[in-house]
Amino acid sequence: MITLYGYQMSHKPSDPKWDGRDRLIISKGHVSPVVYVTLANFGYFPKEELKTFRKFGSRLQGHVHAKVPGVEFSTGSLGHGLGFTNGIALGARMRGKDFKVYCLLGDGETQEGSVWEAAMTAAHYKLDHVCAIVDYNKVQENGPVNEIKNLEPLGQKWASFGWHVFEVNGHSIKDLVAAFDALKDIRGKPSVIIAHTVKGKGVSFMEGKSAWHGKAPNPEQLAQALAELK
Amino acid sequence: MESKPIATRDGFGEEITALGRVNKDIVVVSGDLEDATRAEYFKKEFPQRFFNLGIAEQDVIGTAAGLSTQGFVVFATSFAVFLTNRAYDMIRLDVCYNDRNVKVVCSHGGVTVGEDGASAQCLEDFAIMRVLPNMKVICPADVLEAKKATRAIADTPGPFYMRTSRAPLPVITKQEDPFVIGKANVLRQGKDVTVIACGVMVSEALSAAETLAHEGISVKVVNMHTIKPIDIEAIVACVKETGAIVTAEEHQINGGLGSAVAEVMARHAPAPMEMVAVKDSFGESGTPAQLQAHYGLKDVNIIEAVKKAIKRK
Repeated sequence: MITLYGYQMSHKPSDPKWDGRDRLIISKGHVSPVVYVTLANFGYFPKEELKTFRKFGSRLQGHVHAKVPGVEFSTGSLGHGLGFTNGIALGARMRGKDFKVYCLLGDGETQEGSVWEAAMTAAHYKLDHVCAIVDYNKVQENGPVNEIKNLEPLGQKWASFGWHVFEVNGHSIKDLVAAFDALKDIRGKPSVIIAHTVKGKGVSFMEGKSAWHGKAPNPEQLAQALAELK
Repeated sequence: MESKPIATRDGFGEEITALGRVNKDIVVVSGDLEDATRAEYFKKEFPQRFFNLGIAEQDVIGTAAGLSTQGFVVFATSFAVFLTNRAYDMIRLDVCYNDRNVKVVCSHGGVTVGEDGASAQCLEDFAIMRVLPNMKVICPADVLEAKKATRAIADTPGPFYMRTSRAPLPVITKQEDPFVIGKANVLRQGKDVTVIACGVMVSEALSAAETLAHEGISVKVVNMHTIKPIDIEAIVACVKETGAIVTAEEHQINGGLGSAVAEVMARHAPAPMEMVAVKDSFGESGTPAQLQAHYGLKDVNIIEAVKKAIKRK
């Protein structure tokens, strides 16, 4: 997220609807805390508002909502983002606009058939201004992804669908920047960055644990986590 | 009913193409059934504004929603069963929750689909579409109305669902009849009972009214082309004028036009009411006429319901 907003994407926090902006579609809508914190830090809305997350009356809905400045598409049900991304990309091409459209997908989310319907579409229409990013943290709601329903060989799956595949360490900004820099050389096909990550990275008691998929730490756990992340 | 019957899908295909000539923002997306939905008329003239996304209904809706962000008026087309059922979550989230300017226009509504049988005969679309916030639901009665409805939904921002027929339907409206979304059209005045119908059942209602007139029963006939937002004022007026209501639709008895009318009557104007519809069953193969008769969707069924409703007054 930091690499996208801080390095890769053209965007204007003061003008979230600026027509020339690159778009980021959050298909894994449950990553809302990360999205909102990133947007607030880049100045899309006051950081103070973060305290209203998931509270009644707040714009900051439990899953990302387009009423939040900087959020393009309301999601929460999985497998919706990539089709929407393709639609934007096709529309942009028809309008002669040259912005890019990024789509953040969860790894478990790629178990949804609709992701692969959209994967075929992006390749068929040669949407080289589409870039999907798969957060491959190997953990989903009820356990390890590849025990629940194996995704491997994930890179080969995307490649066989006609995508250019980057496999990177998702915790390495250097790796991510290198992949993003290489995007401009990929012509005639969409790209996917498979970002290998560790869920809960840097917090000893959270790393790789599915139990932390959808819950917040208590105050003591938070203090420990923040200390470890320093 | 002088002119020959024409399917409402033809009305859609012709009008969307005519609209495409003047409005360059109209885009049509298809799930590889543009031959059947008649979206191919548009495809032939405007291939650059037409996308066949293959047999992938979820992708049809998602892509349509994305296209709409670039200022396009997007018509997403397929068979009613496939788009409304298979892609329901996409219609709910991508189109309705995100309030996109997408028009879901589906052919092959009802048992009059015929020989293809139950798997292609959509009988639940009104119910599942009208329950979605932001969605509006239209079912034209003939080819003229299908054209007017196509124009009206193109001109009105926001999500729409429109059902068209595969079967040719008698032309029962006139060129000069108004079409206003949410405003029912009275086709025949009467004082004993009102039949509120949509789609193919409007012509059946007119036929029933004609027969009943010979028996001395005066039937008002209302074409409720918009199922959502339903015309509350018209329904209340019908109850006041005639004291009893019969609804008629080519749809399951649960959740469709009859239910929408009953919801209004329960709150605003309680009165005896009967419903002519498919009674909680799937269709089957047969000719449209055979199936209409078998599933109780003919003028004779409306006549029977009218007499029941009058007895209950």
